[in-house]
Amino acid sequence: MTARIKRLSAFNMASVALGLAFLYLPIAILIIYSFNASRLVTVWGGWSLRWYQEFFNDEAMLAAAWMSLRVAFCSATAATLLGTLAAVALSRGERFRGRTLFSGMLYAPLVMPEVITGLSLLLLFVAIDAGRGFWTVTIAHTTLTMCFVTVVVQSRLNGLDRSLEEAAMDLGCSPVRAFIAVTLPLILPSVAAGWMLAFTLSLDDLGIASFTTGPGSAALPIRVYSEVRLGVKPEINAICTLVVAVVALVIVAASLASKLSSEQGESAAPL
Amino acid sequence: MSGRRIFTRPARLAAIAPYLWMALFFLVPFGFVLKIALSQTAIAQPPYVPVFDLTAGWSAFKTALSALSFDNFKLLASDDLYILSYLRSLVVALVSTAILLAIGYPAAYGMSRLPQRWQPVAMMLVIVPFWTSFLIRIYSWINVLQHDGLLNKTLLALGIIDKPLAWLATDSAMYLGIVYSYFPFMILPLYATLSKLDDTLLEAAADLGCSRLKAFWLVTFPLSLPGVGAGVLLCFIPIVGEFVIPDLLAGSDRMMIGQTLWLEFFTNKDWPVASAIAVVLLVVLLLPLLVYEKLQRRHLEARG
Repeated sequence: MTARIKRLSAFNMASVALGLAFLYLPIAILIIYSFNASRLVTVWGGWSLRWYQEFFNDEAMLAAAWMSLRVAFCSATAATLLGTLAAVALSRGERFRGRTLFSGMLYAPLVMPEVITGLSLLLLFVAIDAGRGFWTVTIAHTTLTMCFVTVVVQSRLNGLDRSLEEAAMDLGCSPVRAFIAVTLPLILPSVAAGWMLAFTLSLDDLGIASFTTGPGSAALPIRVYSEVRLGVKPEINAICTLVVAVVALVIVAASLASKLSSEQGESAAPL
Repeated sequence: MSGRRIFTRPARLAAIAPYLWMALFFLVPFGFVLKIALSQTAIAQPPYVPVFDLTAGWSAFKTALSALSFDNFKLLASDDLYILSYLRSLVVALVSTAILLAIGYPAAYGMSRLPQRWQPVAMMLVIVPFWTSFLIRIYSWINVLQHDGLLNKTLLALGIIDKPLAWLATDSAMYLGIVYSYFPFMILPLYATLSKLDDTLLEAAADLGCSRLKAFWLVTFPLSLPGVGAGVLLCFIPIVGEFVIPDLLAGSDRMMIGQTLWLEFFTNKDWPVASAIAVVLLVVLLLPLLVYEKLQRRHLEARG
């Protein structure tokens, strides 16, 4: 009976295949054309690496890429720390005063339009007279990405068997000790996955960075955006391919981490 | 049980740092947006006249209060440019969300019917583009849609069209870009709900003489409604404020509110009007935001 209902119909197959083609085809084309020797982006002139060379000789683009990587690293680390703490509080803190506001502040940024978050942070930085640049972008990205970390880690914490922590404490562990010795190793894979999600989100962000960045310290997406507005350029294809490669590496690492996590128990939620 | 009690206290203490951080960098900034939305525009750096200075004390605060300017909001209400932008944003978000649901539901349903061992693979394939830069994904569509791009070439080669069509700078291109970018946001919550459905319910329906279509309509669809709600909100709210996709793919004759805000802020340097736009946008989005927050909280806390 189950077999009949679970049967894979042609319709189901077709919708999955179409969906995946829709998702991947444009990116595949982009990657292929980044190796195009011709300057004309639509004429195939044979395989070549010249656009990659062009990128590695472009000081401004390299500076922007370096800035983006540094911001992504710092903000992902801070976001992982804060997001994990927030997840612990939400998942283990039972009811506490201000909990509703707390969870509201953590879930709202996930869907808040970037223009609102970006504008409001900028106005704060201007009001406290903070010089805009590396640190303001890092703070802005930490604020946004820690919410994603919280969701990932909280979902893992909620799936954990609490009797382990309780057993540790019954055996004389202090709560902090029990957390470090028992809980933390168990949630570590999803903490790592949270860090990687935060890293890629920061690397990708255009809207919030545009508001919070200062003159002369543009992150990579901002530079790419200003180029893209002028049309397709082969060098941009090469940069995009490199970003896709970095993100793909991070994802492979993350999926290994989540595999570890799912072998230890219930798998973490994807988002 | 004793352990649980002791654990809650340090767990609550863990809230202090993220609480302060979010209050300072998420909540307080909205106060500044409101304050500047109520100021006068000025040609200066920063380009607004501050309405009040908290250090000046209560009497100064009162005089400042009477001098608050609602001019920016009056401007928003009187100028067609802004009203049309808001309306266009809402329409675009509604239409895109409807298309996303129409495409995403069958795809998520198909995924949840895949053999068990293929489901994580399909899941991964959907998540990967979500992690790739969305700017890159939009850019990759410009590659495809431009005048001598792949789409026109293919259509010409197939003899479907005689001369290249203009795809870029149209609403269709924008809708395509939005649907493409937000596809994972729709499919993930749908899949999460559909894959957890109890198959025995469908068997029971079949045993009671339901056709498969009827069983879907009477059993599967109603049970998947929480996923539908989450997907719809996850797409609708950010799409209303979208500015990069319409900027790159749609024509420049009509703007969404995110673009108008962007223009006022970066090009016209009119911070008070930009702030007023943001305040009104936030008010428009407040109801869906509250519903979303409630759903998200219930989802995560029900698992505790």
